[in-house]
Amino acid sequence: MAEAAAAKTAPWTGASDAAPALPQKFPWARLLPALGPVLLFVLWDAAVRYGYIKAILLPTPWDTLVALVSGLAGGPLMIDFAVTVKRTLEAFAIAAIIGVPLGVLLGSNERAYRSVEFLIDFFRSTPSSALIPLFLLIFGVSDVNKVAIAAFGALLIVLFNSAYGVMNARKQRIMAAKVMGASRWQIFKDVLIWESLQPTFVGLRSAVSMALVIVIVAEMFIGSDTGLGHRIIDAQQVLNVKSMYSAILSAGILGYALNVLFLVIERRVVHWSGR
Amino acid sequence: MNDMRPINVAAVADVPVAPFVPGPAGTHITIRGLTKYFAGWPLYENFDLNIPKHKIVSVFGPNGCGKSTLINMIAGLVPIDAGEILFDGKSLADTKIGYVFQNYREAMFPWLRTIDNIAYPLKLAGKSKAELDRRVAELVASFDVKFDLNRFPYELSGGQQQTASIMRALAPEPEVLFLDEPFSALDFEMTLFIREKLQEVFMQTGTTMMLVSHDLEEAVYLADEVLLLTKRPTRIAEILRYGDARPRTVATLSEPSFIATKKQSLEIFQREVRR
Repeated sequence: MAEAAAAKTAPWTGASDAAPALPQKFPWARLLPALGPVLLFVLWDAAVRYGYIKAILLPTPWDTLVALVSGLAGGPLMIDFAVTVKRTLEAFAIAAIIGVPLGVLLGSNERAYRSVEFLIDFFRSTPSSALIPLFLLIFGVSDVNKVAIAAFGALLIVLFNSAYGVMNARKQRIMAAKVMGASRWQIFKDVLIWESLQPTFVGLRSAVSMALVIVIVAEMFIGSDTGLGHRIIDAQQVLNVKSMYSAILSAGILGYALNVLFLVIERRVVHWSGR
Repeated sequence: MNDMRPINVAAVADVPVAPFVPGPAGTHITIRGLTKYFAGWPLYENFDLNIPKHKIVSVFGPNGCGKSTLINMIAGLVPIDAGEILFDGKSLADTKIGYVFQNYREAMFPWLRTIDNIAYPLKLAGKSKAELDRRVAELVASFDVKFDLNRFPYELSGGQQQTASIMRALAPEPEVLFLDEPFSALDFEMTLFIREKLQEVFMQTGTTMMLVSHDLEEAVYLADEVLLLTKRPTRIAEILRYGDARPRTVATLSEPSFIATKKQSLEIFQREVRR
């Protein structure tokens, strides 16, 4: 009891001390997220400037940023960027269109899910890049191949998350619907699907990241003449490091942006999540 | 739903079929030979009970005696192992019931606005938009709702959410309303408010109610009958009638008849706990 009382009073005195000074201060805390990137650029710049790393292997951050901006603003990098975005979104769309309904269906019939659970878990645990040779046999060295293998990897993630979303639906909500006289179908469409939305979005977000990873790998190793993966490998072969690092950075920007985009959509759609 | 069909006792156990004994005049719910095992141990065995019509019955008893399980079995949320439960001679499938859960957070549908939550059972019943609006307006008037029903449930306070979930339970004008510790997640102020509303609704409609409560004062205050249960295997310890006129108020709490009923309930409860 004494501890609890102490814990209750302690933050109160702290707050009353700090409160009067706060409004005048510049909100430094808001700049904290920028600290990491700035630090990285400073270290990077120092490493090149003082010759710890040869400039032929690593350009200065400024040169890289210039290459990145000029490349994306109408340069060849923009085309590769656009191609990678297109492939990633195609793969993602296939995964979502097949994975969400299939996952929800499997999840609502637990016996059906148990019968394929091992397959899903096994292939989910298999690095999709290890399956590239298999897909080469089926689809050949084509554009379809890259999208197909990325879609496959993303599909399993979506499937798994949607199925578990349905299976872990809150029992009491199902009981509430049941006691109001809802049929099995009404419980499915009015409760289960909604309950599965949040895990489904978690799946979709991981799936789009996975699709991007596999597309880039496929562009690197399955004969390709477009895409960020192709650009990175090509630039590396001829030691065009500015082009290589700008392509790497733009791949990072793409991955980050997709993640943020899906978070925003998720918050819009699953507005009740965490509340 | 299959669980609720009358079971041929002779087929289940090797005992002669007992003739069905109807309850006294004014009985709403007749429970005969109710048997429920939990992990191999009997919770209820050959349990008989009559629930009177147009009355509030409070269920009170020691921990683990299955108060909630009893109303859940009657409401069809928990399957029974044997026995028969009839509502005015009908099965559950032919009976409109309402149920209020203790945990309103997990009973409401957060993807629907509060007003659509309240209207949901009407929608299930295939009511037209006009009927639906009329009934919701009626409920809003009788509950004297001051908060915005167009908000989502998670935007409301706990008391407002529980008010809404009681409105939802009452929307289809149920024959029986089940309340499973509806006040135990609420603060005292809200408990008093909703208790009064519930009493008002009961005086207006005379809906048969079964209330599970862990608060003896509340159980007696609202009740026409206090059903006191024993430890498991659960039997009826006593059914106390409490006939003070409604509306009961704060003044009721100091009436000799109230105090006497509460004292007697407590004595029976303590006797049963010690046994």
